[in-house]
Amino acid sequence: MILQCNDLVKKYLNKTAVNGISLDIEKGRIYALLGPNGSGKTTLMKIAAGLVKPSSGTITYKGNPIGVESKKRVAYMSTEPFFYNYMTVQDAGKYYQDFFEDFDAKRYEELIDRMELGMKDKAKTLSSGLAAKLKIAATLARKAELYMLDEPLNGIDIIAREKIITTILEVAREDATILISSHLVDELEKIIDNAVFIKNGSVALNGDAEDLRVGRGKSIVEIYKEIYA
Amino acid sequence: MEFNNNIPIYVQVIHDIKKDMVNGVLALGEKLPSGRELALKYKINPNTASRIYKEMETEEICYTKRGLGTYVTEDMSKLKSIREEMAGSLLDNFIEGMEQLGFTKEELIQLLEYKYETK
Repeated sequence: MILQCNDLVKKYLNKTAVNGISLDIEKGRIYALLGPNGSGKTTLMKIAAGLVKPSSGTITYKGNPIGVESKKRVAYMSTEPFFYNYMTVQDAGKYYQDFFEDFDAKRYEELIDRMELGMKDKAKTLSSGLAAKLKIAATLARKAELYMLDEPLNGIDIIAREKIITTILEVAREDATILISSHLVDELEKIIDNAVFIKNGSVALNGDAEDLRVGRGKSIVEIYKEIYA
Repeated sequence: MEFNNNIPIYVQVIHDIKKDMVNGVLALGEKLPSGRELALKYKINPNTASRIYKEMETEEICYTKRGLGTYVTEDMSKLKSIREEMAGSLLDNFIEGMEQLGFTKEELIQLLEYKYETK
């Protein structure tokens, strides 16, 4: 078990973002965290990344509380841009290299090339699609144990989506665990092991993707429609 | 490859590999891609890829040489039976569909002959 959540709750002043989530994330599998906007996916990831403290409940990374050690091993990609405007693509790589000891500069170069970015491009001038690709290249150039990607396919064209899917699959070594949040279910359907459906801050359904498909005689996309319609 | 989301992915990939074997794209005894390569080729989950080889081994369509990889069967008769099996299921679907449209066996045969003549 790499990540274990037990009755996690996160309350903001007048809103409950996460409302009693218990979830076990097993090593070496690819998980889709599914649900519409505002269902609590991002808050859950932020708690696991150690950026948000839960109001109650527990969460452990390999049996230990979330902290400095887990942050070294977890590569988290948020939906917000996380590079400064003055940085070039090359600077962004160096910045990441300084922060994370598992960052592979050579791999970063490769991914920048694949995403058709230039090392000299300024972060400020990148279109939203290119900025999204930069975040993905930086995150996936780490040799982390757990990757958490929040909406990695948002705002990205179909061709580039394919490239991102390929890169995610390359990262999916036997010991790497991947958690992808998305409301683009179709794109994820064939690459995931598990589907976790989040609704109003709680887990509505969680299971092995193939078992869900066979058990219900429906695709993940159809199950999604059923849950959220 | 375009996937149909209503059929298990491993079933669809196995079907595609079988088709390659029948067509001769994959030769008897040829080495198959590793599980990871297969996952990247079809853009599928790596655990699904290893399941595909497990299923194909059970069906004796391929075999694993320890430490060397997975290979297409060398058994010609196996290939023949795959071909017949695939043709059989295509025919079943075809006949079922035509029967639903109310075609009789005779009409169907006539229609097929006509189709081939005008092809």
